[in-house]
Amino acid sequence: MIRAENVKRIFTGRGVTVRAVDGVSTQVAKGEVVVVIGPSGSGKSTFLRCINGLEIFDSGHIYIDGVDLADKKTNLNKIRAEVGMVFQQFNLFPHKTVIENLTLAQIRVRKRSREVAEIKARQLLTKVGISEKEQEYPSRLSGGQQQRVAIARALAMDPKIMLFDEPTSALDPEMVGEVLDVMKQLAREGMTMVVVTHEMGFAREVADRVIFMDQGKVVEVGTPEHFFTSPQEERTKLFLKQVL
Amino acid sequence: MKATGQTWPWRILLAVILIGMAAAIWGAAKTIDYEWRWYRVPQYFFYEAEDLKKAPFDSVVSAIEKKNTTTAVTLTSESGEKAVLEIDSDSLKVDAQDELFMGDTVGLTSHWKMGPLMTGMWTTIWISFISGVLGLIIGLATGLARISKNYTVSGLAIAYIEFIRGTPLLVQIFIAYFFVGTVFNLSRNVAGIGALALFAGAYVAEIVRAGIQSISRGQMEAARSLGMTVPQAMLDVILPQALKRILPPLSGQFISLIKDSSLVSVIAITDLTKSGREIITSTFATFEVWLVVAAMYLVITSVLSQLVFYMERRFAVSD
Ligand SMILES: Nc1ncnc2c1ncn2[C@@H]1O[C@H](COP(=O)(O)OP(=O)(O)OP(=O)(O)O)[C@@H](O)[C@H]1O
Ligand SMILES: [Mg+2]
Repeated sequence: MIRAENVKRIFTGRGVTVRAVDGVSTQVAKGEVVVVIGPSGSGKSTFLRCINGLEIFDSGHIYIDGVDLADKKTNLNKIRAEVGMVFQQFNLFPHKTVIENLTLAQIRVRKRSREVAEIKARQLLTKVGISEKEQEYPSRLSGGQQQRVAIARALAMDPKIMLFDEPTSALDPEMVGEVLDVMKQLAREGMTMVVVTHEMGFAREVADRVIFMDQGKVVEVGTPEHFFTSPQEERTKLFLKQVL
Repeated sequence: MKATGQTWPWRILLAVILIGMAAAIWGAAKTIDYEWRWYRVPQYFFYEAEDLKKAPFDSVVSAIEKKNTTTAVTLTSESGEKAVLEIDSDSLKVDAQDELFMGDTVGLTSHWKMGPLMTGMWTTIWISFISGVLGLIIGLATGLARISKNYTVSGLAIAYIEFIRGTPLLVQIFIAYFFVGTVFNLSRNVAGIGALALFAGAYVAEIVRAGIQSISRGQMEAARSLGMTVPQAMLDVILPQALKRILPPLSGQFISLIKDSSLVSVIAITDLTKSGREIITSTFATFEVWLVVAAMYLVITSVLSQLVFYMERRFAVSD
């Protein structure tokens, strides 16, 4: 479903060069849940953003369902509609009500009628457990509720893949659970997911595979058991000791 | 909120100061030898225009029919041609069977007309309105061009903005009228509105740019991550939020535009300011007229302020 080959994203500016993503190759199969962990600045977000073309990588290839993002002829807007993304800061549209947040792209991008889009939106809001808030503005919701709306907004496009960039890092501790529950349910339903997170409990419970990144490179890949019982690399051990 | 109960002493102080200032101005005005003629001003707002009704041909008054305030006078010529004139009853100048020559006055009708102050204010309003709308369009386009990643596009926007902001509006109006206007054969209204619109556009562009840049990058990314194109994201996500934020500086700009529009009077557009000047040449009521003109500008700008205040409240629902 996703195949990355030697992806590089190098920022240059003001005399410094940051090799944010430095030759990452990996594959994610359909229905697989991959958790990406790593220290701050290791390039996790940048790699994730490369997968849906928000970040244009400098070299390498990323294939989504066989379509190469590096190909100039690829319509990135179409790819992005197929690849949902959930951000750390939710990024809901503050000037639109909850339901409008969910219908906007359906209407504009998927060209659905308002009625059809609203039916879809209500189904998803029920699924993430905030159907009673559909007419509220995002600023009236708690962080956990906002993030669940953001997940529903991405799902409304019927994506094949969902990317999560530290979806619970901006939340108060008591709200982390409700968001993780929604993500676990998605995983159970067979959604292909790539999740950047520091929630090791989540990784242990739902990940099929864990990728540890450091300094733009994939340092170690394995099952959650492998990571939490017998990591091989020194850097992995050091990192896990800090976060566990 | 503790202070709320304590505001009345300050209100009284404010009133005292304002009254004191008014008294001081009044006193100062007394010391100079100026005869106030306020009674001359009202006629420049509205006046009763009289329209003389004249016999269209040599004829005889064949019938006079009085209705309430108007009278219908029927004239018949020798050849049997008929004409009916409606005039005000109290202005009737003829009797039945009078013989009239062509052009003789039968009576008159009168009606209220806008005086130069009102027509001037109207000119100021529509000139400001049109140049404001055009300025908004130009400003929006330039603001977007300004943040474009294309070097040529943003360079053009910067050149335009710098030129406008670095030169006086008065000079721009002269250039628009005497140079551009001559080359392209523009009327003074077109030149004046064009200059004002370009002037406002440059300032609006900077306001728009700042407004767009104040919206967090996450908004654009979220919209793009849903597959929306850049124009779609701009239109549906970024601009509505930016607009809400730029409404206060934008309204300030439009209020400035209304005031700045007084400069078009130098190319002989009869706006409120020019009307004021013209009235002074015939009345010499200099003080009265300028005070009235100032008050009229104040009325226009405060109506606009109120409108914006109302819009801000409407927009605030999503906060
Ligand atoms: N637009 C950019 N311009 C320049 N440097 C950037 C840009 N985006 C990211 N970087 C740099 O690339 C590196 C990787 O950043 P990235 O955000 O991908 O890390 P991360 O693993 O997601 O970290 P965190 O856990 O803090 O979110 C960092 O050193 C960062 O400063
Ligand atoms: Mg990150």
